[in-house]
Order: sequence, then C-alpha cells, then structure tokens
Amino acid sequence: MPAGTGEFRAGVDGGQFQVAPAEVLAALLGQEGNAGDVVLQLRLPRAIAGFACGGLLALAGALMQVLLRNPLADPYVLGISGGAGVGAMFAMLIGLPTLGIDGLAFLGALGAMFLVFGLAHGDGSWTQTRLLLTGVIVAAGCGALVALMLSIAPETKLRGMLFWLMGDLGQSAQWWPPLIALGVALVLTMPFARELNLLARGMMQAQALGVAVNRLRYAIFLLASLATAASVTTAGSIGFVGLIVPHLVRLATGNDQRLLLPASVLAGGSLLVLADTLARTLIAPQQLPVGVLTALIGVPVFLFLLSRQPK
Amino acid sequence: MIPALLETHQLAVDIGGRRVVNPLDLTLNTGERLAILGRNGAGKSTLLSTLAGLRQPATGCVLLGGEDSQLIAPRIAATRRAWLGQFQSDPFGSSVLETALTGRHPHLGRWDWESTRDAEIARSALQAVGLQGMEQRQIHTLSGGERQRLSIATLLTQAAPLYLLDEPLSHLDLNHQIAVLELFAGAARDCGAGVVMVLHDPALAHRFCDRALLIHGDGRTEIGTVNSILTAKNLSELYGYPLRQIEDGSRRCFIPE
Repeated sequence: MPAGTGEFRAGVDGGQFQVAPAEVLAALLGQEGNAGDVVLQLRLPRAIAGFACGGLLALAGALMQVLLRNPLADPYVLGISGGAGVGAMFAMLIGLPTLGIDGLAFLGALGAMFLVFGLAHGDGSWTQTRLLLTGVIVAAGCGALVALMLSIAPETKLRGMLFWLMGDLGQSAQWWPPLIALGVALVLTMPFARELNLLARGMMQAQALGVAVNRLRYAIFLLASLATAASVTTAGSIGFVGLIVPHLVRLATGNDQRLLLPASVLAGGSLLVLADTLARTLIAPQQLPVGVLTALIGVPVFLFLLSRQPK
Repeated sequence: MIPALLETHQLAVDIGGRRVVNPLDLTLNTGERLAILGRNGAGKSTLLSTLAGLRQPATGCVLLGGEDSQLIAPRIAATRRAWLGQFQSDPFGSSVLETALTGRHPHLGRWDWESTRDAEIARSALQAVGLQGMEQRQIHTLSGGERQRLSIATLLTQAAPLYLLDEPLSHLDLNHQIAVLELFAGAARDCGAGVVMVLHDPALAHRFCDRALLIHGDGRTEIGTVNSILTAKNLSELYGYPLRQIEDGSRRCFIPE
C-alpha cells in the first residue's frame, strides 16, 4: 500500500497546473482555493479512476492467464476490448454524449463476451485452445469494424476516437464505477484463490484435487470479462497493464494467486496512476493518451521478461 | 458394513462414439491391488479417469466409497481417491514443495493456508519418492523422472484411501520403478489402501498386483487373479504379439518371441 500512496501523490501533485504539496494537503483537508478545485475536482478523481482501471486490468489479466493456462494471455485477448471499441466508436460516430459512449462501450464489451462464450462453448468442449481461438477471431472482427468506422468518420471526430482507442483517462466521466467494480471483483475472486492455483496446473488435476472446474472456469471468464469491460468503458483500451503487471508481480510473489491477485491489483493501479501522471506532464500543456505510455513502458519490459533465462 | 473403496455396476466407457469397455462389474476392497493392461488406445486411461469420476460413464455407474462418483462433490471425491494423470504441463513456475502441497487442497478450508503440519506431510511424501533436499527447486528444472516422482509425492500428500495410477512408471528408471511399486504395495499392505494402476509390463503387474484387468479395446474385458489371467496365451492375444512365459520361483516374466 505505501507504494500505492506514493503514486497517488505524484498523481495529484504533478501536472500542467503546478500545485505545491502543502496546497494539496490543504485541499484534501477541505480548505477552499483555486488549487483545491484542481486537486479535488480534476486530479483526485482521475487518480482514483486510474488506480481502479489499472487494478481491474491487472486482475483480469492474471485471471485470464489462469483461465487459458497461458502466461501470455491478457484481458483483451478474448475480444472484450474489441467489442467495447465497436460500441464506443459507433457512439462517437453518431455523436452521443459521454454517457452514451460509456453505455455503448459497455454493451459492446458484453456483446463480445457472450459471443465468445457462445461460440467457444458451442459443442460443449470449452477447451483453452478453442476459447483462445474464438476470442482472437472475435477480436479481429471487432478490429475490422473499428477500422471501418474510423475510415468513414469525419475529421473532427477522429482525434477523440483515436484517443479512446489508445486508452485515455481524461474521458472518464465518473471515478466511482471502476472503483466499485474493482472492490467487487477482488472480493469475489479471493475466496477462490487457492482453487485458481490448482486450475493453473491443469483442469483434470484440479478436478481430481476437488475443484469444481467447470463452474470455476465460467465464473472466472465472467468476472475477468466484466472487470475488463468496466475498465475499458472508463478509460478505453489501455494496453499492456493486464499483461505486464501479473508477470512482474509473479517475479516477486511467485505464482500463488492468494498473493498474486491482490499484489497485481496494487501494482497495476500504481503503474497506471504513474503512467497517467507522466502522460499529463511529459509534454505539458499537451496531454498524451495514457495507453501510449503504458505500451512504451510495457514493450521493453515484456521483451526483457521474454528473453530472461528461467531460474 | 464398510462400503468398498471402488465399485462399478454395468459400467460402459466410450471414446469418440466407440465402445471400449462393455458392461464391467468390479469391486475393489481395502488393501487390494489391480493392474489394468491393454494395447495403446485400448481405453485404459479413459477407463481410469472414469473410475476416478473425472469422466461421465456411457452407462452404468462408479461408486466411490459407496456413493455415485457423478453425484459426490468434487472435494469429497478428492478425499476418497487420488488420481495420477499421464501428462503434466506446467505453464507457470512453481517450487517442488509448493507442488507437493497442492495435494493438501481437499483437506483445507476455503480460507486456510497450508500449515506446518501440511508442510511436514509434503516433506515426508517427497522423502518417500527420493526427492528430499529438492524442496526449493523450480519444477521446470526437473527431469522427466523427477517430475513424475513429484506427481506421485503430490498424490501421497492427498492421503486418499484409493490410488488410481495412470502409468505410474513412465519416465522412471528401473530402480525408481521398483521403489514406486514397493511404495504402493506397502500402502496397500500397511494402510489398507486400494490401488488401481495402468501398467505396460505384465511381469511387474504379476509381481505387484493381486488381480489384473485386460482391456482388448473392442469392449471385451477379462478380470481375474494375476496367476490365472497373466498367461502367455492371454497376453499374446491381448497385445497381438506372441509372448513366451518364463517362471522363476513365484515370479513370472514374459519375453516377446
């Protein structure tokens, strides 16, 4: 947790409009002022939303890696962000307000989730490979639809659409929905953490050791998908957090989900707040979409992890 | 009356629409050891996972401790039988001790962490298969035989009264093959464990089991005491290759012609 607070401080202190740490403290304690407005109305909600989204993505990524028994899985691999992207692009194209964009993005994510579930589950086999392939194909289809809408979109809307696709915390209307989603997801996951450890070792082994495998897999799929949907709806498709963070945390905690899941939430949240702070300050007054920064940080870190010799 | 460890009633097993085991009635009591033999693809593993309740029977039922395996909660089933699968893939890293501790899962409550007692059980299981001193090794650094022995240690920590072993000797050198078979024979003799194992060596099946079940792959099965059923004639027919039987005291060995 101390790590998390550090990132929060950076998140509320730094920015285009410089606020001294003392003023931040004053604002948080309820004193009025220009600086107080910036901190309380803009930066704190944004930092909270960022923390929640990062936590949701990292949690969903860790869960997807167990579900697919593939350390390279990320929250978007099953097409959830693609579906949300289609919904959001369509909403922007027809000129809906923020609430409409969020609503359609969430519906798109749900649509993709049920599509993948229905197709992968069609013949009852519900294997990791089938699930993965179905997800990848649905994601590809969504990508094509998004590209189609981008290509017919008028110039004036293009920038907003691109920012959404790259992932941007500036568009988040509310800070509390992702935070609540994060709390609920974590509370629902933790009781099953030891069963997830077994599931990661193989479906038959897990079942032989007393895990109700099918029920658990449905539950993880739903939970990870909804967590991803909540994050994507709030902040667009912020890449790499869900892939990298569980890996980095695994280096420190090992693969025990009882430690890995909560630690990933903290680390993912902190990373996203930090990245967002950088995104707002690096070339201020211009703001970058935070997804660009997480990808810029994520790619070299991931390549390093890949090339790292196993112990 | 104590129910049998394992019972089947009119059990049939299908693989991809093909019937490989036709109605089979089988009872395994405490301390009994049963070998399953058959050609590749005859349905030995499928039968074994059906016996473990991991697969639905085509018809009939499997009783574990007197209850239908399809109706018992997975957790209860895990305290009645331990199942050793043929394949282990480990996409995620883990230490040897952590892996052995997974066998304790059915004995732990939802919020419990493994206690020092559980760790002791795991350590003694590792010792039993000759993996002492390797507790902190990462599993992907183990050799095939060591990985197999680790799976067996995990099975021992599960402490179930019935062991269902699918090719427990795969990847093991001769020394460890006998050690593992002695281990389970000892569990049957001293702790009253029931053991069902898929084996490929009829001589070892004859030496370490009471009964043998031959699976022909076309639905036919034969079961009987090892002395009556493990004969050159039966086995030559089973494997589709002529075998010669050699007796050495009470032991029996078979060599391909």
